[in-house]
Amino acid sequence: MQEFSFGQLSFLAGELVLALSVGELLLIGIFVSKYGASIVRYASIAVLLIFAFSGFILNGTGSAFNGAFISDDFSHYVKALIGVTAAITLWFSRDWLKRENLDQYEYSILMIFAVLGMGIMVSSGNLLTMYVGLEMQALALYVMAAFNRDSLRASEAGLKYFVLGALSSGMLLYGMSLIYGFTGTLSFAQIAIVLSGQESVNMGIVAGLVFMLAGLAFKISAAPFHMWTPDVYEGAPTPVTAFFAGAPKLAALALITRLITGPFGEISQSWVQVLVVLAVMSMIIGAFGALMQTNIKRLMGYSSIANMGYALVALAAGGIAGVSGMLIFMSIYLVTVVGVFAAIMQMRTRDGALEGIADLAGLSKSNLPLSLVMTALMFSLAGIPFFMGFFGKWFALTPAFEAGLTWLVVVALLASVVGAFYYLRIIKTIWFDDQAHTFVKAPRSLTLISSASALLLFPILLLPFVTAPARALIEAAAASLF
Amino acid sequence: MLYKIILFAPLVGALIAGLLGRRIGDMTAQFVTTGLLLLSAVLSWFAFVQVGYGGETQEINLFRWMDVGDFKANWALKIDTLTAIMLVVITTVSALVHVYSWGYMKDDPGKARFFSYLSYFTFAMLVLVTSNNVIQLFFGWEGVGVASYLLIGFWYKKPSANAAAIKAFVTNRVGDVGLALGIMAIYLIFGSVHFDEVFSQIADKKDLVVPFLGMQLGAIELIAGLLFIGAMGKSAQFILHVWLPDAMEGPTPVSALIHAATMVTAGVFLVCRAAPIYEAAPFVSGIVTIIGAFTALFAATIGLVQNDIKRVIAFSTCSQLGYMFFAAGIGAYDAAMFHLFPHAFFKALLFLCAGSVIVALHHEQDMRKMGGIYQLVPVTYILMIIGTLALTGVGIPGLGGFAGFYSKDAIIEAAYAAGAAGHNAPAVFAFWAGLAAAAMTSFYSWRLIFMTFHGKFRGDKEVLKHTHESPFNMTIPLVILAVGSVLAGVIFYDQFMLYKDTGFWGQALPEGHGKHKFPLWVLWAPVAVTFAGFVLAWSMYIRANGTEKRIAAGANGGGGIFYKFLLNKWYIDELYEATIIRGARKLGDLFWKIGDIKIIDRFGPDGFAAAALAGGKKLSKLQSGYLFHYAFVMLLGLAGIIAYVSMKAAG
Repeated sequence: MQEFSFGQLSFLAGELVLALSVGELLLIGIFVSKYGASIVRYASIAVLLIFAFSGFILNGTGSAFNGAFISDDFSHYVKALIGVTAAITLWFSRDWLKRENLDQYEYSILMIFAVLGMGIMVSSGNLLTMYVGLEMQALALYVMAAFNRDSLRASEAGLKYFVLGALSSGMLLYGMSLIYGFTGTLSFAQIAIVLSGQESVNMGIVAGLVFMLAGLAFKISAAPFHMWTPDVYEGAPTPVTAFFAGAPKLAALALITRLITGPFGEISQSWVQVLVVLAVMSMIIGAFGALMQTNIKRLMGYSSIANMGYALVALAAGGIAGVSGMLIFMSIYLVTVVGVFAAIMQMRTRDGALEGIADLAGLSKSNLPLSLVMTALMFSLAGIPFFMGFFGKWFALTPAFEAGLTWLVVVALLASVVGAFYYLRIIKTIWFDDQAHTFVKAPRSLTLISSASALLLFPILLLPFVTAPARALIEAAAASLF
Repeated sequence: MLYKIILFAPLVGALIAGLLGRRIGDMTAQFVTTGLLLLSAVLSWFAFVQVGYGGETQEINLFRWMDVGDFKANWALKIDTLTAIMLVVITTVSALVHVYSWGYMKDDPGKARFFSYLSYFTFAMLVLVTSNNVIQLFFGWEGVGVASYLLIGFWYKKPSANAAAIKAFVTNRVGDVGLALGIMAIYLIFGSVHFDEVFSQIADKKDLVVPFLGMQLGAIELIAGLLFIGAMGKSAQFILHVWLPDAMEGPTPVSALIHAATMVTAGVFLVCRAAPIYEAAPFVSGIVTIIGAFTALFAATIGLVQNDIKRVIAFSTCSQLGYMFFAAGIGAYDAAMFHLFPHAFFKALLFLCAGSVIVALHHEQDMRKMGGIYQLVPVTYILMIIGTLALTGVGIPGLGGFAGFYSKDAIIEAAYAAGAAGHNAPAVFAFWAGLAAAAMTSFYSWRLIFMTFHGKFRGDKEVLKHTHESPFNMTIPLVILAVGSVLAGVIFYDQFMLYKDTGFWGQALPEGHGKHKFPLWVLWAPVAVTFAGFVLAWSMYIRANGTEKRIAAGANGGGGIFYKFLLNKWYIDELYEATIIRGARKLGDLFWKIGDIKIIDRFGPDGFAAAALAGGKKLSKLQSGYLFHYAFVMLLGLAGIIAYVSMKAAG
């Protein structure tokens, strides 16, 4: 047994800041009536940014609570991405929520709870911590999906997400209980020790692992556990969708990474197959499912299914190369989706927000800057060379190719060819169709974020003084898991 | 630095006019391109003196282009006498054509584009002639091809211009395949693409035999043959000559620059540049001689009866190129290059004069609708006569004459000498063909003068009221070219002829064959046949209103089979249409309609797209919106994965 000391609390400084401030912010929200929502929002953004960088600043590596909470380079990097993404989405939600009469302080509170849950997930070193973190973020997300409770669609989305989420939690719990039953421990470190002592893998453990991965696959909307994604993406308020598409995906992927490198690192032959199946199905369903979509949020739902497939390809390769490939891919993906949703939220006429792909028709004639931004983002998502999206895929697929998963890489490439079709169709709609609408002037937060994101996708980032430190950071993060 | 300016000034002009043409306006674009070319031309003459008289040959490496394994190619400038001559010809004619175009293209809306193309062409041509390796040469070769295509089709709204541009391009492709294969063969056999390295190894590889298309051929002969196929395409030699007459659809300055003075001589240049290879390939040299001589004769016969003023000159070009080739074929590279040099001037002069006439008569090109206008365009008339005298080679042996007199007679004499040395049947044929072609050249040239300027005007009288002499910016280039046409022969004869041994050529050409003593009749024969041609043309077209009678006879379907045969250019176009073109179209249809649409598209892109859409629809259907469907899919997926994993685990 490891003795508890207060020094260990520095490992969870970020989470503590979130947990302690959320209560105060709740009180402010309740009692300050006029500017309450705004105060809470900006304070939340500040808290989220503190959470994001606390890991890097304190830079403590170790574990607390008997190894139940791990702080390492990996968790620092992932939490930084999650915190920054959440802060940005919170910032640019403001205008949209105001226009839809949804600007309530609870939104920020829920966001903090969700991020707190993600932080715990990413740092978990124990099946129970993991479950607590997972449920914490999930419960917050269910509510956020249904945040516009006057909207039938949003309520339906929230409810569906909740029921299916409960089902997936059941699978996860069942898998965890199997693992506990066959190994007799909850700690990741202990599980690894037990498994490394066994000569052959017990079928019960494999079944437990599959159930757990299925539960987590739901969180990252990997096929065949993806069914909720299009409906929820479409039904939820757009800023919420923007949040869904980024941070929670990364948190769940990080958790999967921690599981397959930590406790189950010894039995890779079991989980590689599962990841390969998930990856192949996600890529194919993501690519083909998007073809017929007319709603751009729904389309982005399928797009995220396909992109999780590519991330899983990198993970299936395993090793430091695979993990850092996944991190590079996800970092670029986060930059892209934040920009895409910031652009989508600019699709608004006097009559309200628009979501149809056809509503983008002829955008180049009325709003050239937005058209250019959209075009760059779509080119990047399609993986057209010299946009960053191309390099994201490159780093995600290369480790798999080197690990001998050639056919998986081929499937990934074919899927991205199909995917390119619908991304390019959006560009075609923007530039070559007859003009459909003139959008109202967008708030500065949205134009700023979408343009910044589009600019970041230009290969100017390839300049060594930007990429080399980023690569070093990511590789250190990946290496800390092994 | 000198050579870099010569080479890149036209490129800079082309880029400025082409990319900024709309912003800076037509006037500035014209000014910039013309100014830069004049600079380039002046410097070229300096270079010419430096190299030809000072003997300063050099190689300037600009930078490395390709470096793949053993394969290395540089961007480099090889400056020797051969290059210097071409530099002078290209930049001078090009500069004059630029100036001339100020007047000729005055009312054209695409002036900036036109000047950009002209300058770009000049750059590509300069790259071609300055290259020290075959790869860079090929780059320039294709560059001039593109420029030629763009300029022939410059008036892209005219369907006939587009068709002519495509015809020129496609015909040149046939030749380019030969050139490309030749370049590959050079690399394969010599392991280098650098001219000097290749030439130094020829003696070692003389007896090497390589398989080609199932035949065993001498390596050097093979290379020589393949390169010559390329040269035939570019220089419009028989079989691949069909594009040149049609290329006259382009603006007349283009015809003068590209299709008379410079680009079409690229083939001659190539053969002379590769002279060491041809020296070692006697069989192919014989073929070069025969094709050249036959083209000289064949094109001249067609020129006899054409009625379009530009086409007559086009066939004349074709014929003169034939002269140059057979000179090169019998080893008289000096004579070939010597003919190329003044030919550029007097042929450009003739074309530009024709352009002047065409403009004066409101874009009328049919000589049957001209006549009697020499008083209205006196300058053009006199200059065109000078051009004709130069082309037909008027002069008196022992005393001197116009430029063509020196250069053409040098070729005919060389052919006689080669034939007289024995065992060279092609040379004998070339000698007689050359003489016959000289007679015909004289006939069709004077026929052109008589039909255009003499007799009564046969066109619309309204047009005649507005007919006037061209402005100065058009006539001044003509005067300069005329000076060149008169003097180029007498000034440069001593330098160009190898047997005079003035050291002008340096190492650029192989050793000369020495001067022969010719019988008197060989010296006088060209002069005599030229005079005979003139007299015949005079008696047919001037005496007793001959022109009107002949036009009337032609219109009534008279003229006999032979006349029609010539008028229709030996039916070569029809022959190609019936065999190659129709055959290719059938083959293309087969591949396209059956191979591509029915097989590749159906199972490839179209089929895949249809399947993808169908799959997308099915997936959308699955996405029903019902919770229990979703849950069912999740559980099904879970069960499937567990089954899959346990099957794998069980082996």
